[in-house]
Order: sequence, then structure tokens, then C-alpha cells
Amino acid sequence: MRTFFKLGFVRGLLGQVLGTLFGMGLVTGTRAALGYDPLWAAEPAWVIGGLLGTLGFMIGVGALTDWAKWAIGVETPMHHGAPAGQPEWTRYFAVDLSHKVIGVQYTVWGIMVLLVGGFLATLFRVELLQPGMQYFTTDRYNTLISAHGIIMISAILLGVGGMINYLVPLMIGASDMAFPRLNAFGFWINVPASLLLITAMFVGGWDTGWTAYPPNSLRTALGGPLFFLGFYTIGISSIVGGLNLLVTVFTMRPPSMNLFRMPIFVWAAVGTSVLQLLATQLVGLAMLMLIVERSLHMGFFTPVLNEAAIALNSPPGDPVLFQHLFWFYSHPAVYVFVLPGLGIISELLPVFARKPLFGYKWIALSSIGIAFLGFLVWAHHMFTSGMSNYLRLPFMYATLIIAVPTGVKFFSWLGTLWGGKLTYPTPMLFVLGAISVFLLGGLTGPPAATITTDLYLHDSYWVVGHFHQTFFGGFMFPFFAAMYYWFPKVTGRKYNEALGKLHFWLMLPSFWVMSLGQIWAGLLGMRRRIADYDPALGVQNIQVWITIAAFVIALSILIGLYNFIVSARSAEVAESNPWRSRSPEWQIPSPIPEHSFAMPLAVVGEPYDYGLPGSVYVRMAPAGAGD
Amino acid sequence: MHGEYRVALRNNRLGLWLFFLSESFLFMGILVSRFYLWGNTRPELNQLNGLLVTTVLLLSSFTMNRAETALVQNDRKTFLNCLLLTVALGTLFLAGVVVFEWGGHIRPSDGAYGAVLFGMTGMHALHVVSGIVFILIVWNNGRRGLYSSEQHWGVEACAIWWHYVDLVWVFFYPALYLMGQAVH
Ligand code: HEM
Ligand SMILES: [Cu+2]
Repeated sequence: MRTFFKLGFVRGLLGQVLGTLFGMGLVTGTRAALGYDPLWAAEPAWVIGGLLGTLGFMIGVGALTDWAKWAIGVETPMHHGAPAGQPEWTRYFAVDLSHKVIGVQYTVWGIMVLLVGGFLATLFRVELLQPGMQYFTTDRYNTLISAHGIIMISAILLGVGGMINYLVPLMIGASDMAFPRLNAFGFWINVPASLLLITAMFVGGWDTGWTAYPPNSLRTALGGPLFFLGFYTIGISSIVGGLNLLVTVFTMRPPSMNLFRMPIFVWAAVGTSVLQLLATQLVGLAMLMLIVERSLHMGFFTPVLNEAAIALNSPPGDPVLFQHLFWFYSHPAVYVFVLPGLGIISELLPVFARKPLFGYKWIALSSIGIAFLGFLVWAHHMFTSGMSNYLRLPFMYATLIIAVPTGVKFFSWLGTLWGGKLTYPTPMLFVLGAISVFLLGGLTGPPAATITTDLYLHDSYWVVGHFHQTFFGGFMFPFFAAMYYWFPKVTGRKYNEALGKLHFWLMLPSFWVMSLGQIWAGLLGMRRRIADYDPALGVQNIQVWITIAAFVIALSILIGLYNFIVSARSAEVAESNPWRSRSPEWQIPSPIPEHSFAMPLAVVGEPYDYGLPGSVYVRMAPAGAGD
Repeated sequence: MHGEYRVALRNNRLGLWLFFLSESFLFMGILVSRFYLWGNTRPELNQLNGLLVTTVLLLSSFTMNRAETALVQNDRKTFLNCLLLTVALGTLFLAGVVVFEWGGHIRPSDGAYGAVLFGMTGMHALHVVSGIVFILIVWNNGRRGLYSSEQHWGVEACAIWWHYVDLVWVFFYPALYLMGQAVH
């Protein structure tokens, strides 16, 4: 019991509750002091409560302690290992500065959030089995799809953070990330953010989808502002995480590892981080503007003027401005979600094909190219928004040009596979599955990017099908590939191969059924984000298939998690390099000791020369030896 | 300099500059919103007040720079006094914005003029407040002798942060007070 209340996590939760209550009290007290009637105003109370609750969590969990000490001039030496007198497992429930612990924290929290989001999806899929409303009100339904969207996005960001934090320092032979405290902060701020999003569902919900377009988002129920706040908070994590990673990669590599000798995943992580660092600010701004427009009536997005504004001759607000700010982040964000996954594909293919990665330099640069182009295409989400017509054509062409760097990756994967000595353990299956699914997404994207066709496809199930393909191909499948592949490294044990294959063979075909069903329903005219549909559309059978497939996907993921949990506790001990990988993290013991590399790393060859006899990538040298 | 300190310093510097880059996207977003909504017009604002607060803020950048230089030259007294002077000027700037600009005839709820005026000055003021808090922390630690003429990353970070916040105002001031046709 004592241990329980010493856990940072528990203290954080208490801090969040207290902070929320304090914020609500503050608002109510201020209203009382100013003589407002009624005393209780739900929206400001929840917004200030949500803000101070987040702060309360961060204070409670201890993520701010070292900085507070620094501010009053107290030394804060770096602490390694479990807190004094506490068992090892408590590290995972408290602020810990090791990137390996933080990577696991990100991943596990990400999976929990993923389960919540998946559960919501199964709920609304059941509603869609038949025309008419059976189980939910339309408002509830809208809350479910909105929450599903944003919760899954936060789960993906957490999964991305998990892979990057765990792997990148190991892959470049660094002792840790450049800023370990900032790293812990970046993880922990996600926890109050997730709780805000979940709370938002229970205080009235909201019906805007994850895109929060005004004017609807200015009028939606109380869940709206909590969702904006949660989104904003997740954004803080993205910004500090991206910053930390860039500094780590640029300053903490061994001198012998030049940029074009980094493992390819590191390039992907750099591309993702640039986008996180820069683009996230815009969506943060957009969310903030929604919050102040709602609570202080600042008319950024409202095209209607009040008397005083008319007297000033003020121009009106404009809802299209929101869409520009939102998509300036949210298009690059899709590359934040998929670049690491594409990096995983490029990372694993040579290992399982026993062949050099085809066109390393091109893949590396294509990640950067995608990141850069990603900034120039946001308005392809706005072809029907009423923005200026002359903008549509350049955005269409810019979008289609992204097919070039994406195609580079694709052909390099094929080139790597070509003539390889392929083996098919579970991670390789997930990689191949990812490629097939991502290809689908790449095929359904261009029709949505072409103005003439998009006028019909926009806001239909086509778009739903398209982005599930890109998310599953670019994140979900590669993420599971990574989970299976690095499982022996992280836990030191073997996962169950038969269960792993079952997971894959359930998930791949059911995903195909689900997403092709969505595409088809879209072509028949099924609109997205609509709780009900006309039986005359002829989509009911398709909806049934989609729902069944969704449940099979959920089942397969549960099987995967069962495999991970049971294997981590009791499976056979794994060899230290079961995949015969050349990457640095596989040249050290599993599970990895507290100080990952006993000796500094020296790069002596190319990273992906698989199958070339006698070639070596890295060597561990005692300090001072070698060059 | 100690080896470990040097590594940390290099990381910190790069980190801070990346953070500036990130913040620049925030401020660019705000500027874009201003031009999107106001176009080639602007509301009638108190020009004298605008000029005064801008001058005060620019002066504060000078005193901040004096503080850092003094520390490097081991002139502790000037260092601490200049920090306090910077805080005073920063507070004066805030007072000018909050009392005089916000107290004028435009309210936040007055169409795009109100929204953007309060949005821009408010977001910038938040950054000024963070800078003032930062300076006070550095002043307190400096008073207790925690910085030396060689090792003073805290002071350096605080100084560049303050200059950065000033620089943002250099863009905001013309966007608010000078550009476009004043509308009556
Ligand atoms: C060659 C590749 C791609 C092209 C041409 C493309 C194009 C588009 C276009 C034009 C839309 C807007 C459709 C509409 O709302 O009418 C769209 C939506 C979307 N795309 Fe892609 N895309 C591509 C790849 C990707 C990738 C890699 C992702 C990342 C996962 C992605 C994620 C999304 C998402 C999430 C949406 C829906 C946004 C919403 O309306 O809520 N796309 N895509
Ligand atoms: Cu897009």
C-alpha cells in the first residue's frame, strides 16, 4: 500500500483531480467575487480545471521537480535505476530518465489508448449494422466517431514516440536522449491529455469529428473544449519529443557514424521530428483560438459581426481560416504517423531478405523529401471548402508530386526483396502485409487529390477507406512488426511464433475486407460521419461485412497482446541476436543493461551490407582505442 | 571548461534554437491570421502608446545584453542591476499593453479587429511574462553566485529568450500599428 501511494502515476492522478477541482473553484470563486449569477459556469470551470488538472498531474507525477529545483538553484544530479528502496517495476510507473524505460512507457500507454479507441469503434460499428438508429442517439454516435478519431491519433503518436525513444539512441550508439528530463516530461504529459479526451466523452461529448471545424465546433457541447485542450496537450508532447530527437541525432552520434551511415529508421525519425517540431504549433494555435472564441467571444472564425464591431467597421471572422491552420498541421501529421512505420519496413526488409537495402541514400532522402513536401499540400483537404479557386490547382499538383518520394520507397522495397533469400517469421509477415496495405492507400489517395474526382469522393466513405489503409499500412502493421521484432531485445524472451502468425493471418485479410468495403460503400454514396443511412443506397451488406471484419481485427490484436504478455512473463529466453541483425542494438545483451553500451561504438562499414561476406557495420571499442 | 558541461552546453544551445524555430511557426501562424482577416486594413489604435511600448521593449533588450556582458566581465553588480532594470522595462511594456491598449475602445468580442488585436498582444504578453519570470529566476540564482563568467548557460538562455520575444514584437508592432489602411 505504501508503495502504491509512492508511485508517481498514482500521485499524478491525485494531482490531476486536485488541480481540476482547484481550477473549478478558482473560476467559481472569481465569479462570486465579481458578483456573477449563476456562480457555476460549466465551460470556463472545465477549461481552467482541465488546464490546472494537467499541471496538477505533472507536479504530482514529479515531471517538474528537477526544473523547480534548478530554478531555486538546487543541484539535480542524474539518477539511474529504480528509486532508492523501491522494486525495479516501480520505475515504469514513475518519472524515470532512461530512454529505454520511457520508450516502454510510451508503447504500453499507447496500446492502452489504442484499446480504448478500438473499443469505441466496435460500438459504432454495431450501430451501423442496420439502417435506422438502434443503440445510440445521433449525438452519442457523433461523440463515438469523434473520440475514436482523436484517441487513435493520440495512440499512434504514442506508438511513434515509443519506437523512436527506445530505438534511436540505441541505433546511434548514444547513452540516452539529449534531454532525458524533457523526454520524461514529453511522455507524461500524454497521460493527463488522454484522460482529458476520455472525460470529454462523459461531459456531453462533441460532434465535430477529430477535425473540429467551426462553426460547428463553436456550438458543440461541453466535450468540445475539453477535446481542444486534450489535443493541445498532446501537441506539447509532439513538440518537445521532436526537438529532443533532433538534438540527439545531430549531436550524440559517434564521430565515425556520418549521416549516410545511420540506420535508416533514424532518418525516418528525423523526418517525423521536423514535422512535429514545426507543424504542431499551428494546430495548437487553432485549438487555442477555438477555446478563446468560445469562452471570450473572440470572433476569429465567426462571419457574423456584433453592433460594436459594425461600429468599428471591423472585417468579420472566417471559418476557412481554421481549416488552413488545422490542415497545415494535420496533413504533415499524417507523415508523422507513417514515416516511422515506413522506416521500420526499410529497416527489417534487408534483415529478412539477407540482402543490402536497395538505394539507401534515396530512401533516406525520400523521408526528408516527404517531410518537406508535406508542408506544401495541406489544402487538398479543402477542395470543397470554398477557399479561393485559384488555389486548388497548385495544391492538386503538389499533392500528386508526393507520389514521387513515396514511390522511391516502394520501389526500393521491391528492389530489396528481389532475389533475396526470404524467410517469413512474424515480423516479416507484418512488413509484407504493411506494404500491400500501404499500396492500397497510395492508390486511393490520388483520386482524392484530383479535384474533379474529389468533388464526389470528399466526405464519403472513400476517404475513410483511404486513410485507414494509409494508417494501417504506414503505422499499425509496421508497429506490430516492430513489436515482434524487438520483443526479444526488450524482454529477453521469445514470443510465441504460432500465435504471432495467427495474429497476422487474422488481421491482414480482415483489414482488406474492411477497407475495400469502406471504399466500395463510398463509391455507392455512403457519407462519412453519418449515424444512419438510407437502405436504398444498397450499402447494408457492405456495412455488415465491415463490422464483422472490424471485430476480427480487434480479436487479432487481443491475441497479439496476449502473446506479448504471456511471453514476456514466462517464455523461453531468447538469444541475443536471433535475427542476425547488423544494427548496434543487437550487438549488446538482451534485455539491455542500464548503461546500454559498455564501450563506445565505432562504425567501420555500411549499415545494410547483408549477405556480403566479411563486411562489418559496427565495432565496440574500448574508450580511446581505434580512431 | 569541463568536458561534460561543454557537451551539455552544445545540446542546450541547439535545443533552444530549435525551440525558437518551432515558436516562429506559432507566431507566423498568428501573423498569417492577421493578414487573412484584416487584409489591407487595421483598426484605429493609439499610435503614441504603440511607439512608447515598442521603444521600452527595445531598450530592455539593450539592458539584457548589458547584463550578460557584465557577467562575462565579472562585474556582478552591473549584471544584477541590469537584470532588474530589464524586468522593470518588461513590466512597463506589459502595463502599456494591458492598461492602455486593452483599455481602449476595442473589446475582444469586436469582430476580427478585437479578436486579432487581443490574440496577438495576448500571446505576445504571455511570452513577455514568461521572460520576466525567467529573468527573476536567473537574478535570484545570480545573486547567490551560481553563475561564473565562463559557465552561465542559464543567463545565456534567458538573454536569448528575451531577445527572441522582443524580435517577435518587431514583427507584431508594424502588423498591428502601421500596415494597411486605418479604418474609422
Ligand atoms: C500518394 C499518397 C496520398 C495522397 C495523394 C493522398 C491524398 C489525400 C487527399 C486528397 C485527401 C483528402 C480527401 C478529402 O477529404 O476529400 C486525403 C485524406 C486523407 N489522407 Fe491522404 N493521401 C496520400 C497518402 C496519405 C498518407 C500516407 C496518409 C497517412 C496516413 C494519408 C492520410 C489521410 C487522411 C487521414 C485523410 C483524411 C482527412 C480527413 O478528411 O479527415 N494520406 N488524402
Ligand atoms: Cu493530406
